[in-house]
Amino acid sequence: MPADFNWAIGGEAGDGIDSTGKIFAQALSRAGRHVFTSKDFASRIRGGYTAYKVRTAIDPVQSVVDRLDVLIALTQRTIDENLDELHEGSVIIYDGDRSTMADVEIPEGMIGLDIPLKALAEEAGGAIMRNVVALGAACAVADFPIENLDSALQKRFGGKGEAIVENNKKAARAGLEYVHEEYDHEYDYDLETTDNDYVLLNGDQAIGMGAIAAGCRFYAGYPITPATDVMEYLTGRIERYGGHVVQAEDELAAINLALGAARAGARSMTATSGPGIDLMAETFGLVATSETPLVIVDVMRSGPSTGMPTKQEQGDLNMMLYGGHGEIPRFVVAPTSIDECFWKTVEAFNMAEKYQVPVYVAADLAMAVTEQTFPPEAFDMDEVEIDRGKVVDDDSIDEWLDEKGRFQPHALTDDGISPRAFPGTEQGAHMSTGLEHDELGRRTEDTEMRVKQVDKRDRKVETAKATEDLSPREFGNPDSDTLILSWGSNEGALVEALDFLEEDGIDVRFLSVPYMFPRPDLSEDIEAADEVIVVECNATGQFANVVEHDTLTRVKRINKYDGVRFKADELAEDIKATLDAEEDSA
Amino acid sequence: MSSDVRFTDFKSDKQPTWCPGCGDFGTMNGIMKALANSGNDPDNTFVVAGIGCSGKIGTYMHSYAIHGVHGRSLPVAAGVKLANPNLTVVAAGGDGDGYSIGAGHFIHAVRRNVDMAYTVMDNRIYGLTKGQASPTSREDFETSTTPEGPQQPPVNPLALSLAAGGTFIAQSFATDHKRHAEIVQAAIEHDGFGFVNVFSPCVTFNDVDTYDYFRDNLVDLADTDHDPNDYEAAKEKILDSSKEYEGIIYQDEDSTSYEQKFGVTEDMSDIGTGAPDDAMDLVREFY
Repeated sequence: MPADFNWAIGGEAGDGIDSTGKIFAQALSRAGRHVFTSKDFASRIRGGYTAYKVRTAIDPVQSVVDRLDVLIALTQRTIDENLDELHEGSVIIYDGDRSTMADVEIPEGMIGLDIPLKALAEEAGGAIMRNVVALGAACAVADFPIENLDSALQKRFGGKGEAIVENNKKAARAGLEYVHEEYDHEYDYDLETTDNDYVLLNGDQAIGMGAIAAGCRFYAGYPITPATDVMEYLTGRIERYGGHVVQAEDELAAINLALGAARAGARSMTATSGPGIDLMAETFGLVATSETPLVIVDVMRSGPSTGMPTKQEQGDLNMMLYGGHGEIPRFVVAPTSIDECFWKTVEAFNMAEKYQVPVYVAADLAMAVTEQTFPPEAFDMDEVEIDRGKVVDDDSIDEWLDEKGRFQPHALTDDGISPRAFPGTEQGAHMSTGLEHDELGRRTEDTEMRVKQVDKRDRKVETAKATEDLSPREFGNPDSDTLILSWGSNEGALVEALDFLEEDGIDVRFLSVPYMFPRPDLSEDIEAADEVIVVECNATGQFANVVEHDTLTRVKRINKYDGVRFKADELAEDIKATLDAEEDSA
Repeated sequence: MSSDVRFTDFKSDKQPTWCPGCGDFGTMNGIMKALANSGNDPDNTFVVAGIGCSGKIGTYMHSYAIHGVHGRSLPVAAGVKLANPNLTVVAAGGDGDGYSIGAGHFIHAVRRNVDMAYTVMDNRIYGLTKGQASPTSREDFETSTTPEGPQQPPVNPLALSLAAGGTFIAQSFATDHKRHAEIVQAAIEHDGFGFVNVFSPCVTFNDVDTYDYFRDNLVDLADTDHDPNDYEAAKEKILDSSKEYEGIIYQDEDSTSYEQKFGVTEDMSDIGTGAPDDAMDLVREFY
């Protein structure tokens, strides 16, 4: 029996796939099992196929694999879509009474469990509960104590009244009993439970929670897949802490609203995806040159243009690093896991205010819409520290006034960082502008002042490099000759791929880089390695290019741009193939 | 807030580079008077300017200010106000800024009804780029880019505002100093989005919509029996293209600002040094 169990429910959009999957994931989490979920939004063929997949184990899981053990198939297409992942002994649960499933073909070697889901649901109180009947059947197959479903059903349906909850419990048990009574297969699964308490959340939610923890009080955004969850998370929660969410008329307005709030002294944020980043590029330059602290989250999806809106890609790195006309420093932090979405958001707010710069949080679809379990201590709020940087008040403003008593918001300083006075501060009244400006913030085209202001802004980057810990996260064998570099959500799949490689006697060193700018100097690490492979979800190797530029060394690349995230087992094969190709050519 | 603030306290020591005789001088003076008369001082005032001749206003005034991106002054101003409702916020721009590149924001700022004033210096021309047609230029107004005139009807900003649910719609004339300052003050004091379209003639590039034209054609609603609370009467005035009206054309006395509706009352800059005390509750929600 493998250590992990892989389960999915699939059907047409509108079949309640998401909420059923979420109930199962929650039940597993509450039973003290680790969970990693993923969603198939759209089809490799055509149509409205959608699936929710759950991988679970006693040990932490942080990736998807190419294996499916139990599949609840509401349509034939669900089976067709997942043929690659199904294996001998896989169990397919379906309702043969459903007209579309009457002629269902169970692939050879697999176990088909034909269960009258709808009829059993009706007996329990309503056809709408047929997916819950299927969940009960899945519990029977997986040997997962059905009591664990109850609290998840309570959470999902508690608001609809106790009767509904009871009916659902009954429906689940009907599914379980049907399998026990009608089938006598041996299933090779035993989903043990533990006493551990885990929380289950996705990357967007972690970003939103990180924002509130970091003191973000203002959010403006425009709905866009896959960033909308950030806004939905904050709505209804940020108000409890005196904050507010504005749904703007477009992304142009969103970033300008956020900019205004930041000028007024609020910790302020907007989140979007690539198409929104394009629009925000206009105001980005103003944010940067007016030295306004702002956090801009880009939950990347497949581009360009509308691209594949529900598919994974890390294609916006160049846009974040270089987007916008002219030259101006900006920071880019890239969380590498769902818990890091929380911590990097906190860090982004501190960096934004310490250095008075716009900070991009570069997240991606694969982490944003994926749920993963963590012990609650992974989000220990006592560890959150807020550093607002050089903010002056009524008393401390004096040293920043010029000889005429005027406040200097762009004062030339050694570290490049000038004082900030929030509106309302006495004697602090000043102007900010997108025009090049003097220390007072007033327009200038003076050649000397221009150079001084450009240099001042650039000095902030040097200050940050000297101050911040920009180290990559390290995994694998530190002494290996093979160095893997990656960024963003690939970390989980790579960490698990290391185990597959180890089984084959291959050891590698893996550095997961969460800072895109300013970024760590990897020269020595690259020098020490014989092979360097950069792994990322894009076609042109945007991070690999940056690494080559920084270190003047050519690297190997593994690029995936089919819209699907890396899977751990598949990635291990890719790495082996890359290493083999190198050997062949040597 | 001190009561002895004079309007000149809102003046910076930077000399305006507007053309001599530009309507923007009068527009700005009126805004400064309105701010002083409504009890504000430079430290609690935030001016948001757009791009164009009008956009320079933040430089010539003394207050907290931002001179932003073309057409986007209104979302910036709303962000400032919502983050600190204690501030008095005035957005100022031109007809190109507000009704062309920023037209989308204008509609939505009106709908949102954040408590702020918006003064548009409407000269019916693009001045800073040396004389091209603006969205309020007349249909036959010949310019370098429209040799036969735009051949499109001018935008009626008052009608746009009314259609979007505007709660304060007014028009003033830059050199009618007293009335202009009064109207802007009413816009500042209005509980919601106080919109004033200001006739602010361009003496260099517009020889049609001149001071003389406005003096000859302006009807001050204060001299009539117009009731600004009468929606139907306001609609009639706004759609009457035969005259140029000055005054508060429409005001919804029951206007409730966005902040009031959503209970946004706190200065959001005030946060602690760590996560909120009960922040672990946010984590536990994910059990």
